[in-house]
Amino acid sequence: MSPEEQKQPTHPETPTAKQAQRSMLLTALYIAQAQYGHLNDEALQRVAERLGLPLSEVYSTASFYSLYRLKPVGRYVIQVCDGLSCHLAGGADTLVDYIRQKLGIRVGETTSDGLFTLQTVECVASCGTSPAVRVNDELYENMTPQKVDRLLDQLAGR
Amino acid sequence: MTFEKILLRNVEIPNSEKIDVYLKRGGYQALRKALHEHTPDELVEMVKASGLRGRGGAGFPAGLKWSFMPKAADVTKYVCVNTDEGEPGTFKDRLLVERDPHSIIEGVAIAAYAVGAHRAFVYIRGEFFTGVKRWMKAIDDAYARGFLGANILGSGFDLDLSVHRGAGAYICGEETAMLESLEGKRGEPRLKPPYPAQVGLYARPTLVHNVETLACVPHIVLRGPEWFASIGTEDSTGPKIFCVSGDVNRPGNYELPLGTPLREIIYEHAGGIKEGRQLKAVIPGGASTPMLTAEHLDVPMAFETLHAIGTMLGTGGITVMDERVCIVSAALRLTRFFAHESCGKCTPCRVGTQRLVDTLQRIEDGRGQQGDIERLLSLCDGIAGHTFCPMGDAAVNPTLSSIKHFRHEYEVHIERHRCPMSS
Ligand SMILES: Cc1cc2nc3c(=O)[nH]c(=O)nc-3n(C[C@H](O)[C@H](O)[C@H](O)COP(=O)(O)O)c2cc1C
Ligand code: SF4
Ligand code: FES
Repeated sequence: MSPEEQKQPTHPETPTAKQAQRSMLLTALYIAQAQYGHLNDEALQRVAERLGLPLSEVYSTASFYSLYRLKPVGRYVIQVCDGLSCHLAGGADTLVDYIRQKLGIRVGETTSDGLFTLQTVECVASCGTSPAVRVNDELYENMTPQKVDRLLDQLAGR
Repeated sequence: MTFEKILLRNVEIPNSEKIDVYLKRGGYQALRKALHEHTPDELVEMVKASGLRGRGGAGFPAGLKWSFMPKAADVTKYVCVNTDEGEPGTFKDRLLVERDPHSIIEGVAIAAYAVGAHRAFVYIRGEFFTGVKRWMKAIDDAYARGFLGANILGSGFDLDLSVHRGAGAYICGEETAMLESLEGKRGEPRLKPPYPAQVGLYARPTLVHNVETLACVPHIVLRGPEWFASIGTEDSTGPKIFCVSGDVNRPGNYELPLGTPLREIIYEHAGGIKEGRQLKAVIPGGASTPMLTAEHLDVPMAFETLHAIGTMLGTGGITVMDERVCIVSAALRLTRFFAHESCGKCTPCRVGTQRLVDTLQRIEDGRGQQGDIERLLSLCDGIAGHTFCPMGDAAVNPTLSSIKHFRHEYEVHIERHRCPMSS
């Protein structure tokens, strides 16, 4: 801790200005990601400047969390839950295989039209309504290949 | 047996997340009572007497934790609400946050008053997008009605509450990693002790609680600690939300007294195993807890009884596997989760979990070698007890418990060079 951080905050109930600023980092990264699509060098640099943090710290933090994208992704990021409960409910493998074939991409890849990226994720706390799939910020429960079909068609505007 | 719903009493009512519905259901009366009729010390004593234990996984007595917070009024203290739910098989906190956020706010406010904190933070998983929105709306409404902010209900007590969104990392559910993340850093656990109640957020004493634990607090205040303690067993009091998933007919959240037999939860409440198949294995309390077999079905679901048979109540997330499930593949999938979520800070967990995954994968794929079971056991030996945070101990449980109960199935995989369960 720097001497500055050790100083008592002026108002006893609030963290020091510096601590509060640092606490904004996760939020700032979300905002930058929304603006730039993914956290490219420019986005990270801007966050670093705004919050007065070294770029290396900003990068180190961003790279720790799976919801920050350091590389470009498609317009819709499809995340299939790979957890045990979803697997038992016939999800995970079945759905991943189905989407792979339908979109012609592997896990981690993006379709050539830039529309879809396929990922697997760990438990999203929908184990009781599994299999679960997330697309961007939406959660879809009790999924089947048929429901995935309809969803993807709808998203693709077909 | 029917049990009067306490924690889940609101969740099925339309618009249960709205403040007006909550108020109509008697909401915020406990906060009023706590602020006007009780001193902070009395509340700490009430929670102690209730026997309430943490519902986030460790089961630590809540009242004791409250009493560890320094009493001095001139010390800045914080309360943090752990909404990072991500333990595979667990889906109760998301339900509470989405369907009954005010019951948690009420619990936070009472806890903050009891320990003398004027600032509280919600840490929520980045993936819970609906949850984030529900939290924010509920907090705004609670401020507007005077349940948060300055001079709450004319009591002179002030409390600010705000939401911090995580960004995808299971380890941030571990309380010290959560504090790091709240401070805007990588979510790597801190060394304990000191515990958060001594040195927590921004190095101030901090009370961290799980959502379900906090949701119990208003009921303890309203109906009294004796009532709460009369539910459950002597060492595990109160109601508990059991999350049942996997091969059962009616997966879902079931609120029952602690101590309810596992058999009753699976066969009566969750409707038994699909298509009348046999139960093979069951994880009693989330992916971190050692699995059990059909032999153990009569165990009462309580902290002490599960501990006595070598497992844990954990989060109360029950995952049921029927006779068709390959135990090696289940262990593999569970271990892959831990390998994926290892924060990488310490070598036994970072490297050890990956080596476990590699070995389990090899066995499952029919490339297992003589000595692989011993290799797995010795890897577990090198991880458990040698890591920086409790996740290392958790990560070995799927492997250890599956070998303990199903060693023969591992041997068959290795001897026949294939998975006997796949056709
Ligand atoms: C790896 C790991 C993950 C955890 N994840 C969570 C979590 O998602 N939610 C939670 O409430 N507690 C979680 N915990 C437990 C917390 O560290 C802490 O014990 C708990 O939030 C305290 O609240 P309680 O006393 O009300 O249970 C986790 C612990 C570990 C070791
Ligand atoms: S045990 Fe695992 S999760 Fe915990 S500090 Fe070590 S590497 Fe990180
Ligand atoms: S295992 Fe898929 S949501 Fe929990």
